[in-house]
This record gives sequence, structure tokens and C-alpha cells, in this order.
Amino acid sequence: MSPPPGQIPQFPAVLATAFRAAPLAPLSLSLTMFSRGIARRHPALFRRLGEYSHTRFVLDPTDLPFVIVLDPNGGAPRVTLMRGQGDGAARIAGPLAALLGLVHGAFDGDALFFSRDLVVEGDTSAALALRNAIDDSELDLSEEITRYCGPMKGPLQKFFTRIEHYSGVSLTRAEEGLAW
Amino acid sequence: MVMEIVCPAGTPASLRAAVTAGAHTIYCGFADETNARNFPGLNFDRSEMHEGIAFAHARGAKVLVAINTFPRAGDEALWHRAVADAESCGADAVILADLGLLDHAARHHPGLRRHLSVQAAASNADALNFYADTFGVKRVVLPRVLSVPEIAAINAETDVETEVFVYGGLCVMAEGRCSLSSYATGRSPNMNGVCSPASHVEYHDEGGVLDARLGGYTIHRVGKDQPAPYPTLCKGCFSAGDKTGHLFEDPVSLNAEQLIPQLQKAGVTALKIEGRQRSRSYVAQVVRNFRAAVDALDAGLPMPEGMLARLSEGQAMTTGAYKKTWR
Repeated sequence: MSPPPGQIPQFPAVLATAFRAAPLAPLSLSLTMFSRGIARRHPALFRRLGEYSHTRFVLDPTDLPFVIVLDPNGGAPRVTLMRGQGDGAARIAGPLAALLGLVHGAFDGDALFFSRDLVVEGDTSAALALRNAIDDSELDLSEEITRYCGPMKGPLQKFFTRIEHYSGVSLTRAEEGLAW
Repeated sequence: MVMEIVCPAGTPASLRAAVTAGAHTIYCGFADETNARNFPGLNFDRSEMHEGIAFAHARGAKVLVAINTFPRAGDEALWHRAVADAESCGADAVILADLGLLDHAARHHPGLRRHLSVQAAASNADALNFYADTFGVKRVVLPRVLSVPEIAAINAETDVETEVFVYGGLCVMAEGRCSLSSYATGRSPNMNGVCSPASHVEYHDEGGVLDARLGGYTIHRVGKDQPAPYPTLCKGCFSAGDKTGHLFEDPVSLNAEQLIPQLQKAGVTALKIEGRQRSRSYVAQVVRNFRAAVDALDAGLPMPEGMLARLSEGQAMTTGAYKKTWR
């Protein structure tokens, strides 16, 4: 990981602008299907959510023009991309790279909170449960994507690794302790 | 002999990260009120504990199970079951605080090694020796209010092993007796395993100014770009008269890394890292840092410079009472 401590990479503004006009419904549907695959392979993530497995979360990548509303729905998650604030019991906001870094275990959630790179609002308890459940699940989103890519899996994995190297954005599960 | 690094694990993933990063020993707890980090989404069910201990043992690491809250009258069975399950899961020791639970463990699980939790606040040699003589306690975790000379004085008068905190959240009150969280929320680390429970914490970020409220009380407000602290009353910023400041302690993390040689000379056996509520990233980073430090000490090399400021509360660090001059 290339970013120096304390500097979270921002999503390129030009690319973010392109999302302003993008149709969010097909993206939401794709992400819902994708998250259900993750749910099947990582059922412990939803068990660990406990009483919050039916709580709606607003994940707000602050450098993108939409929010992600995640409804764990007891293990059959629904993901909806929305413009505006979104509606949920807890809101976790930060640059996309910070959110991805949390998912991949590259960053520590409390450290991002101390540095103000991450903002939590609403039901703090639910937000904490989600963070802990995701941290324990040791997800690798690039692995989750490439598993559907057949013979392209290897080249695509290398592509993700290369993008990760140059952008400083965590796109794969972090080697323990090397990046934070 | 290399000083023992005792590392936190709030989840099975963190336990694996700690072992992989070089922890000698990991401490963790069951997902209920029997341990002092009873936070949502944290801790181990029985099968996770069994698997975690097997993982650690296969790699030469030990696992201690913290059952360090104080049993509620009429509900002791929950705590008794936790001790029995820790033993059947293969724990190397249990970390206990309550006198009744220590007595129960000594009578019913005599083969299970017993450590005294920091929550018992044993802070002089007579107290340590009492726990050792009466309940067969083999190790005591010392409270974070002692200076290095005081720790040396204790070790000179006891054969019980001592373990001290070297990194992480800094509890500045009499541990096991602090009621600040109870005053604001009705729940405490001592009885419920939660200091400043997340269910009672609210953050409001308006224009970059972050307000933290606990049980409805605003306990601190930080401006844009200022580091944020944990929402604990002991680190709260209060106004009285015409003065505003941190009444008990500044929002900082303990870091006694550079004092490790002195702690070794003071007779300390094990160095404890706080943070079962933290991520596997934190665990791995801090473990590597401290493992490098004790290995350097053992090899007669200077202490390496750490890189832990970013992981610290308020992004600031202190040596706490170990070097406090006002005491």
C-alpha cells in the first residue's frame, strides 16, 4: 500500500462526476446479487451482526455522488444506491478508499475515527456490530469478483493488484499488519 | 528470557492475526457479560473459542480467557459456566476479578491456571500474596496507576508473576471500581462488560465539529481536523466556571514501549496490549511492534522506534503513571 499514514486516497473527481448521471437501479441490482453471493460464502458475518441483522445501514463514500444503503435482511442482503442522504439506522461516512480499507483489514476503524477520516452517526451500536462483523469475515472483494470471471480470473486479479499498488486503495485482503 | 507479549483478540480473525504476527499469548472472551469488552459484534462463541485455542496451540501460542466482570447476585451460573467452558475449550488460563468466582474456580477447576484481572485492582504485594495464597493465583495484571519503582517494590515482595499494560486505552480510575459509565448510562464495565456502551453513544458531525454524547450528556466537542477521542467520561472535556479542560485525563493512549527495559528490571513477566475492541489490522500492527521490541531487548539491541501514533486515541500517547511526576 502506497499512501503515507494519515492520507486516504480520494476517488478521482472526474470519474466521480461520471456517476452523477449513471443509472443507479442496475448497479443496485448487481450489487445485491454480488452481496448475496458473499452472504452464502460468509454466513458468520450475518450471525455476528446478531440483533442488527435486519438493521439498515447507510454507507456514505464521501467522494462519490451517491450513498449505499445496505439492508442485511437476515442474510439475504439488499443493496440500494441512492442520491442524497439515504435512510438507515446508522450512517458510516468516509472516502471510498477508507471504507474499502476497513473491509479488507488494511485500516483500523478506531484509528480512522480518531483521525476524523471516518464519521459514524445514528445507532453507534449497530455501526460497531457491522464493523466488527466485517473485520472478522476477512473479505477479499477482488477475490469475490474474480470468482465469476472464469479464465479471466488470473489476469483480472493481477489487474486489481496493480491498480491497488498505484492508487494506494485497498482492493484485496491486506497482509496482516503490513498496511494501516 | 524474552518478556511475554499478551495480545488482545476480539474476534477469531484478530486471534489469528495476533498469532501470525508473533504474539506469545492471546487473551479473549466469550460473547456475553462475563468479559469486560462486551461490545456488539465482538467476542467468541464456544465453538469459535475451541477452534481459536486449537489454532494458537498448533503455533505455540497460549490463550487466556477473560472472565473478568463481577457476577450479579442470582446470575452466578453464567460466570460459572464460562469458567467450565474455558477449561473444556483448552484455555491455558482464565483471567478473573471477583473473589467469589476465584473461589469457585479454585474449588471446581483446580487444574485451570488462574490469573488476576486488572479489574481486581490489586496494587500492593500483600494483596497479590493474598490472592496467590488463598486462590492459587499465578499471575496478577497490575492496575495502570503504578509507577515503575512501585512495580519493582511489589515484585520484590512476591513470587507471583506480574503483567503490566504497555499499550492502548488508558484506564485512569481505580479499575473494577469505576462508576462513571454507570452514572451516565446505567451500565458499567464491572457488571455488564461495557464502559460507555455504544448503545448510549451518539455522534453529531455538523460542519466538521464533532459532538460526542453519552447517555444524552455531551462529553466532548472537537473542531474540524482535531483528533477525536473515545466517548468515555474519564477523557471528557468539561467546563466549570470559566475553565474548560479534561478533568481526569487527556484523550491519549498508553505507550510504554520505551520503558520495557525498566519494566523488565522491575521484575515484570508479561506485557499486555489493550484493545479487544480494535480491528485485526490494529492487533497485527501493535503485536509486530512490541514483538520486535522484546526481541531487540533480549538480543541486547536498542529499543526500535515505534510507529503507533496513528493507532492511538486522540493520536497522542503517554507513559501514564509509569513516569507521572505529579503523583
